Amino acid sequence: MSHTTLDKPAPGAPPPPANRPARRRTLSGASSRGRVAALLFSVPAAALLAVFLIFPFVSAVVLSFTNQRLASPLPVEFSGLENYQRIFTDAQFWRSFGNNTLFAVIVVPVQTAVALALAVLVNRQLRMRLFFRTVYFLPTVTVMAVASVVWKVLLLPDSGLVNGVLGTLTFGHLHPGWLSSTSWAMPAIVLTSVWQGVGFQMVIFLAGLQAIPASLYEAARVDGAGAWQQFRHVTLPGLRNTLVFVINVTAIFAFRLFDQVYMMPQFPGGPTDSTRTMMLQLLQTGYTRRMIGQASAIAVVFFLFVLAVTLIQRRLGREERAVR
Amino acid sequence: MTLSTTPGRGSTRPAPKRPRPAHNLLLHYLICGLVALVMLLPLAFMFAGALKPNADVLADGGSWRALIPLHPTLENFTSAWERSNFGRLLLNSLVVCGATVGLGLVVNSMFGYALARLRWTGRNMVLAAVVALIIIPFEALAIPLLLMMTQLGWLDTYQAQIVPFIANPFFIYLFYSFFLALPRELEEAARVDGAGPWRTFRSIIVPLSKPAYASVAILSFLMTWGQLLWPVMATRSEDVRPLPVGMSVFQTLPPLQWGDIMAFAAMMTVPTLVVFLIFQRAFVQGVAAQAVKE
Repeated sequence: MSHTTLDKPAPGAPPPPANRPARRRTLSGASSRGRVAALLFSVPAAALLAVFLIFPFVSAVVLSFTNQRLASPLPVEFSGLENYQRIFTDAQFWRSFGNNTLFAVIVVPVQTAVALALAVLVNRQLRMRLFFRTVYFLPTVTVMAVASVVWKVLLLPDSGLVNGVLGTLTFGHLHPGWLSSTSWAMPAIVLTSVWQGVGFQMVIFLAGLQAIPASLYEAARVDGAGAWQQFRHVTLPGLRNTLVFVINVTAIFAFRLFDQVYMMPQFPGGPTDSTRTMMLQLLQTGYTRRMIGQASAIAVVFFLFVLAVTLIQRRLGREERAVR
Repeated sequence: MTLSTTPGRGSTRPAPKRPRPAHNLLLHYLICGLVALVMLLPLAFMFAGALKPNADVLADGGSWRALIPLHPTLENFTSAWERSNFGRLLLNSLVVCGATVGLGLVVNSMFGYALARLRWTGRNMVLAAVVALIIIPFEALAIPLLLMMTQLGWLDTYQAQIVPFIANPFFIYLFYSFFLALPRELEEAARVDGAGPWRTFRSIIVPLSKPAYASVAILSFLMTWGQLLWPVMATRSEDVRPLPVGMSVFQTLPPLQWGDIMAFAAMMTVPTLVVFLIFQRAFVQGVAAQAVKE
């Protein structure tokens, strides 16, 4: 009994039947005893959620309207929209927002397409299919900090393996500076991220592929559909929910980008801010410069973005059910 | 080493049964093999670099020799272990991960059970709230949490890295949906035998739910083991610093020795790699379970 065999609720669907009429007397008789038990079962997690999730979340919103600083004797004052004004007029904030957007614009389509291609590739009946699946998933198991350091060496302009291979293939014409160049640093980070993360999405696509009934492919073949037509008219529509989900997760992941830009360039976010991201900005504003209020405003903007992406995903998921 | 099980309905693979043209199959293998090569190269490079004399890592970097330690040595491992205080960092990571995963399994599954099976007023509202909390990313909480830890005097401690991460609404939801799908008959039999909710949970539900516990444990472990942003904020000293932060410090520690850094990376990767190869099934199911996330 694996719990992935549970039916996936379609995006936007109300959570599974919590509200179906509960069967009478499912648990021990005396209902007061039952209530005490329910309380004891719920309290540890519920209290932790209240203190370490709900409270900080509300605090972030409240703090974003104050001049709160970390460990400062100055009195805390309400400062209205000043923090938001400051971040929206801060060139560095827009630079990081732009970098996140650039990263998302490249990584979302590339990583989704590669993951889907890999899933289709290893979903066929091949003798070594299971071996390939395992190998494609391996990088996911290496921590991002490790992946960052290894790729940092692989991407060294003059003594890295990547440029060694590129030089041989292009007879020395292509010689990118990667992490030491303002225009190649972001591609270096994209490369690392896709290598480390693509296996993850592949596994999610595989689960989606296997939920498509084989009879649909049979029918398509009987109708004379070729491999591409089968992919276009059976696989893609069947994967729609999975696709929406993967794109959503990857987009949010793109705006959480931190480990790679912290570990890979010589200085975090470098060279000259070309890999500075919102999360690095959050760390440096709130932790290094101790401006809790302003960093909270960044956190709120970030959360609103995540919320927007999630709501769009639910909307798309709902449309699909309407079509069915 | 194979992914022996695939998530979901593994038996209904849409694999073509007709024999395919040989050249087609060959091309297929060729592409699969090439991709496998690209995925494995960085790992091979890491292990090769860890086994090489320090100077060779960069000297061999641009050619095929990058992947082969011609003069293998274990010196990097001992040197990296000592210079980075690796033993301490490893202990810190194990303590933080062990406590976060272990305590998390207990409290999240208990709450999931109360939501799925016990009857109490307000349950549906609480469930809806838990589901809504799933979309809040940790990064949105990091700054207020940092302030809170400072005020509590928890900076630079283990508990700052453990306590805020024990309860997790997504894991609660995973447990909830798993428990909901279990047949009720066994619980009812236990009730007839006079078992209270706690005994029913301990002796009936938990043993039946090993797959759910395994998946949540793996997901939780992967998330905790790799964390960087929070420990960068919340830890100062080597005494409590976990491995990823240790790596970020070690990679800038003079003298810069790439062999040592690759040895550090290898030592940090081998344990997770071994765990993965043993528990592949739970790994894959854990990842696929994420797609349930709503």
